Amino acid sequence: MPVMTEKTNPNTKIANVSQKATENKKVVYNTKDLNLWYGEGHALKNINLAINENEVTAIIGPSGCGKSTYIKTLNRMVELVPSVRISGEILYRERNILDKSFKVEDLRTSVGMVFQKPNPFPKSIYENVAYGPKIHGIRDKKILDEIVEKSLRGAAIWDEVKDRLNQNAYGLSGGQQQRLCIARCLAIEPDVILMDEPTSALDPISTLKVEELVQELKEEFSIIIVTHNMQQAARISDKTAFFLNGEVIEFAETDKIFSTPSDKRTEDYITGRFG
Amino acid sequence: MKYIDSEQVHKKMGSRLLANSLAKTIFFLATLFGLVVLIVLIYRVLADGLSWINMDFLMNRLSTDPEKAGIWGAIVGTFWLMLVVAPVTMVLGVGTAIYLEEYAAKGRISSFIKTNISNLAGVPSVVFGILGLTVFARALDLGSVVLAGGLTMALLVLPVVVVASQEAIRAVPQFLREASYGMGATKWQTIKNVVLPAALPGILTGLILALSRAIGETAPLVVIGIPALLIPVPDGIFDKFTILPVQIYYWTIDSALVAEYANLAAATIVILLIVLFAMNSIAILIRNKFQKRY
Amino acid sequence: MARSAVQHDNKKLNVSEIIQQKKKSRSVNNYTEKLIPKILFGIAAISVFTTIGIVLTLITETIAFFKDVPFIDFFTGTELKPLGENAVFGVLPLLTGTIISTLIAMLVAIPVGLMTAIFLSEYASEKTRKVLKPLLEILAGIPTIVYGFFAFTFVTPLLSSFIPDLEPTNILSPGIVMGIMIIPMVASLSEDAMSSVPNAMREGALALGATKLEVTWKVVVPAAISGIIASFVLGISRAIGETMIVTIASGSSKNFTFDVTQSMQTMTAYIVEVTGGEAAAGTTLYYSLYAVAMTLFVFTLIMNLLAQYISRKFREEY
Repeated sequence: MPVMTEKTNPNTKIANVSQKATENKKVVYNTKDLNLWYGEGHALKNINLAINENEVTAIIGPSGCGKSTYIKTLNRMVELVPSVRISGEILYRERNILDKSFKVEDLRTSVGMVFQKPNPFPKSIYENVAYGPKIHGIRDKKILDEIVEKSLRGAAIWDEVKDRLNQNAYGLSGGQQQRLCIARCLAIEPDVILMDEPTSALDPISTLKVEELVQELKEEFSIIIVTHNMQQAARISDKTAFFLNGEVIEFAETDKIFSTPSDKRTEDYITGRFG
Repeated sequence: MKYIDSEQVHKKMGSRLLANSLAKTIFFLATLFGLVVLIVLIYRVLADGLSWINMDFLMNRLSTDPEKAGIWGAIVGTFWLMLVVAPVTMVLGVGTAIYLEEYAAKGRISSFIKTNISNLAGVPSVVFGILGLTVFARALDLGSVVLAGGLTMALLVLPVVVVASQEAIRAVPQFLREASYGMGATKWQTIKNVVLPAALPGILTGLILALSRAIGETAPLVVIGIPALLIPVPDGIFDKFTILPVQIYYWTIDSALVAEYANLAAATIVILLIVLFAMNSIAILIRNKFQKRY
Repeated sequence: MARSAVQHDNKKLNVSEIIQQKKKSRSVNNYTEKLIPKILFGIAAISVFTTIGIVLTLITETIAFFKDVPFIDFFTGTELKPLGENAVFGVLPLLTGTIISTLIAMLVAIPVGLMTAIFLSEYASEKTRKVLKPLLEILAGIPTIVYGFFAFTFVTPLLSSFIPDLEPTNILSPGIVMGIMIIPMVASLSEDAMSSVPNAMREGALALGATKLEVTWKVVVPAAISGIIASFVLGISRAIGETMIVTIASGSSKNFTFDVTQSMQTMTAYIVEVTGGEAAAGTTLYYSLYAVAMTLFVFTLIMNLLAQYISRKFREEY
């Protein structure tokens, strides 16, 4: 039982603890030899990544490095771009989501997404959260009420909006709107939550709230977050992948990436020499 | 030696500036011309018609006697006509717009349909009348009833609704669609629950403008064969009917025979213009209320 | 079933499970998703069928007409007597009526419309424009029947005080009123074209000491010329197809003349007259309706295609 001994040994290195965790945790997303083109442009090149459940995985890199494209490939939102071409495999819970027989609607029901700009619907707060359950056939008002409350609580916004659930979501502040969008995403109880620079349009205080929320949500969900903010990645993530020009340069424990990166380019990026 | 004699330029500048201010005055007067005509037109109509408007005029049936004649039949006919035009043109117009904006691949078929619609918009209304006469009134043997007129009119104003709906749908921001797809919604669920509600104000504005166009159209219905003197009031869409502009037409051309018919025509115009003004105000209200919400 | 799941486990409401259950029972959804685009395509195709319907009706009946009346006679005949024993079908009286009324209308609409556009785009302040544009829109929204009434009961009597020979129905008065009706259209389309000329071009000329008039005439109008000409062509198409004003104010004399004080009939007015007279199906008179409508349709179609061609071909790249 080498694992047990390691755990009891107070001198064990952090990296070793993480490795142990890696061994126990299941892989939720396994990307194999993923390539993606927009027309002629080769946007993602031979991506290989295994992402664990119940962790926060951060994806960092300079603008145009393919990090947003990658996260949008994970729920196939990238297909909304007409000229896109994809090869390779992405196994979600061991099923290849790029297989045409895999229904995107099923995928997106299990994999929620939070976008760069808060994008609530021009409907009431209640209707925003109830939207997902409703389109998936839940009509019972009592269940919906319960889901709405639970999701808003889950997104730490319940106390702020409980008295005005019927008001238009556009009356909320930007930070509140983003947490509402997270609540909307929680309402269908996804397995994974994808976050595409969720705080880039928010002020520092709202950003902090969202970051705290991400830490809480980790208990229940697997979170993949794209961020242009390295401090954010360092603060909230367990693992970090560094993307550059459509390639994964380095993927490791966040602490390792930020303390002892193995690639020179990673070091250049996190020390602010480019990007 | 300078090429530009600044003294000469300075001398000429006065006349150049004079030409400019003269031109400005002429352009302004030209702009006013249209508005002066508008004022004269409205004044004439009011002067001729206003004193003829009373409850009897509104509630009476048609008659050859100008003192007894009323436009109740035409009002009810207009109402029935709109009851056909509104749903038909709404379904066809919005359906076409959704297809073009959300489903059609940006290829030959969609650009063909688009070109076709813009050409259809340029076809004279009287030609639509011939289509209505040949297809609806005669081939389908409906006769010159509300349904035949309504279908003709719906096709006539269809481009207005299509173009307005297309613009409204296009104005719905992509991030709302993404949000919905991200929840696992299908395309139709997204269109039905997100795109259409957000585009609704624009669509309604277009619909109202289309209806106000239909309310003022005369030629297609005259061609379909609306009788000059129709006394019964229509009870449904399978009845013969008349509408306000057609009534104005018959009274105007007969005013050479009976002078008072001109007053009846003017009075009917006043009513027609009030209806149009009300509809346009509603359209503007909707537009202003829902402008730029994102 | 779903309810019991909720009551069972108060702590965790198992939404994802409910969703999975619902999914299984809702294969209908799939069906809808495939059916909807087909339905919408069908709806979109109706506009195409409308065009086809128009063209087919016109062509079939026009062919029938040309079995009775030789093609050459129709297009070169200066006499039109559709009624009676010895009916003669020459379309030239209608063509001259249409062309003359259109010419008069454009003589009014082009200069006034263009000057209005220049004033609104180049001279008017934002405030003035905000007042004037909606007023012009009102002018554009007035039904043509009202213009017809106006031409017949006001403009004709007004004109006859200057021109004593003016007949009570004549082509001059509806021509002018048609022009007034088209002013807003020419003005707004031309203004759109001029407004899209970038300010940098104006500033370049102004900085050289040009007056506003010179900038307008030598820079803005040439730059926007394709849009402006397209607006004229669309105006012409509108005038050719206009029906009620000429029907009311120009009467039904089928004179082959160029005298604008006389009554003339346009193609559109002929259509209204013949259908209003309930021509019996199968007669030459009935078919003549379609031959005239076909001619009208072709004329306006050419104009519309020309306008589209001009604005596409000469679209300025700024």
